[in-house]
Amino acid sequence: MTTGYDLTDGRTDVVELHGVSKSFGSTHVLRGVDLHVRESEVLCVLGPSGAGKSTMLRCINHLEGIDGGWIKVAGQIIGYELRGGKLHELPERLIRHQRGLSGMVFQHFNLFPHFTVLENVMVGPVELQKEPKAQVEARARGFLDRVGLGDKVSAYPAQLSGGQQQRVAIARALAMNPKVLLFDEPTSALDPEVVGEVLAVMLELAQEGRTMIVVTHEVGFAREAADRVAFMFDGRIAEIGPAKSVLESPREARTAEFLAHVLV
Amino acid sequence: MTTEMAPTSSGSPALSETATYEIVRRKHPWRVVAAVLVLVVLGLLAFGVANAKGLHWSVTGHYLLTRVVFYGFLRTLELTAAAMALGLCLGVIFGIMRLSHNPVLSSVAWLYVWAFRGTPLIVQLFMWFNLALIFPHVDLFGLVHLTTVKVMSPFLAALLAFGINEGAYMSEIIRGGLMSVPPGQTEASLSLGASRGWTMRRVVLPQALRVILPTIGNETLGMLKLTSLAAFISFNELFGTVETIYYSNSQVMELLIVAAVWYLFASSVLSIGQYYLERRVGRGFVRGGRKQTLLETVLVNAWAKRRRLGANW
Ligand SMILES: Nc1ncnc2c1ncn2[C@@H]1O[C@H](COP(=O)(O)OP(=O)(O)OP(=O)(O)O)[C@@H](O)[C@H]1O
Ligand SMILES: [Mg+2]
Repeated sequence: MTTGYDLTDGRTDVVELHGVSKSFGSTHVLRGVDLHVRESEVLCVLGPSGAGKSTMLRCINHLEGIDGGWIKVAGQIIGYELRGGKLHELPERLIRHQRGLSGMVFQHFNLFPHFTVLENVMVGPVELQKEPKAQVEARARGFLDRVGLGDKVSAYPAQLSGGQQQRVAIARALAMNPKVLLFDEPTSALDPEVVGEVLAVMLELAQEGRTMIVVTHEVGFAREAADRVAFMFDGRIAEIGPAKSVLESPREARTAEFLAHVLV
Repeated sequence: MTTEMAPTSSGSPALSETATYEIVRRKHPWRVVAAVLVLVVLGLLAFGVANAKGLHWSVTGHYLLTRVVFYGFLRTLELTAAAMALGLCLGVIFGIMRLSHNPVLSSVAWLYVWAFRGTPLIVQLFMWFNLALIFPHVDLFGLVHLTTVKVMSPFLAALLAFGINEGAYMSEIIRGGLMSVPPGQTEASLSLGASRGWTMRRVVLPQALRVILPTIGNETLGMLKLTSLAAFISFNELFGTVETIYYSNSQVMELLIVAAVWYLFASSVLSIGQYYLERRVGRGFVRGGRKQTLLETVLVNAWAKRRRLGANW
């Protein structure tokens, strides 16, 4: 399997997955996932329901532990430490620290409904990373301006549309200064007319050089924003390569079939 | 008139396309009759009570504002507050334990609820009060040595009985509240690098509280009245106090009314307090801008009702 890399550009890997496996009981959800995402790269992950896409993202954030292989983000082994040839699970305190390396954006936004928009964006840096409040507030307002919600800072999530909520969720992830942004189907729960505004924000982030892994069914977005596209089937990356070539001339039969199915 | 009402061939009267018709709502004469009837009965009842030969309203009026009754009332409030506080603490602890993945913790929580919810409160009250019968002395790791009879005052016995019993109910209420918060909330919090404790305190509990609070309000009202059971272990709260008085002066009904008035007063105040507390905890869950005040709510509801009744009055 080629990785679709230009190995001469000298950029470092931000995210590395090596032979990652994960089971829930007797279901093997991840069966040896290998993946490298470089700095400033945008990777879109496509695949059928149940392929393990969400699980992979959750493992990168260590919301789920893994059963085999290893994951590195920004050079740190996520969730474990190597001692005596074994990977021992880290104490919670260190895991919490590592979670700040990746910023998650969920399908259902998961904003905190009892906090205002601004509080949602500020709460992580202020209460969890213990940064000075004034500094965080300036940054948070900046990000909210960026996603076009500068005038909604004191609204509560319930007063916003789905598209606006998802943009707040993106600002909340950005405020943590993560090394990589992980999107899990960020537009699948949205009404069709607001999908565009969220994708526009994501495209901007892609263009300014953020490292992003985006699980999505939006092939149009993948074509426009992604450097590379990966296809996941049955807990494995089945095909990965430059967006254009994978989307237009997939090598795997399954990939072609899936694309034909999605593009109808 | 008659021509307009005449049925057409299709069975319904013809409607003119040029005329505009006034809509006349259906009258509800029986509602008026029922209301008058109920009011008459109520009036007779009130008249009967007010003029009851054996009832001396002046006695009720006198005792309503005596110091000794007021102190009894304060002890009722004190016991209610203390028991609810204890119940709430135990409820949070056991409610969270019940949801724990650790089977020992969740089983112990289940056992607690099973035991204290499954036996009558009055039995528990007497057991606490008589604890000295089986544990004459309390030894805490050899550091503290206590004589149970001296320590187990009526107040403490009542507090333990009511608080621990309340905790059993409360833990179920809190468990339900915690389960009503979507798991995505915990996930989002953890993904920001929060600890389980922070997530519980800042994310899950505040949202659960919105669901739990109305029930806690009801529980507090219930506790206010339940504390009267403490009279049976000679704790002089409101009911115990009036009881003591009518044992000596035989003005039974007069003094029971005194107690009833104070209980009604306290529960009314509690209901208003509950309203404001719920409004505060409801932050972020009300669509639109400013929230209504209590008075506004009452007026708006009354107005809406009047409009619904429409043409009738
Ligand atoms: N916590 C869990 N416990 C048990 N099984 C799980 C759990 N989470 C996921 N699974 C199972 O793992 C498999 C992969 O799930 P995952 O959510 O990663 O798929 P996905 O590719 O994201 O699919 P979708 O497009 O539907 O979101 C599914 O069969 C799912 O039932
Ligand atoms: Mg998924």
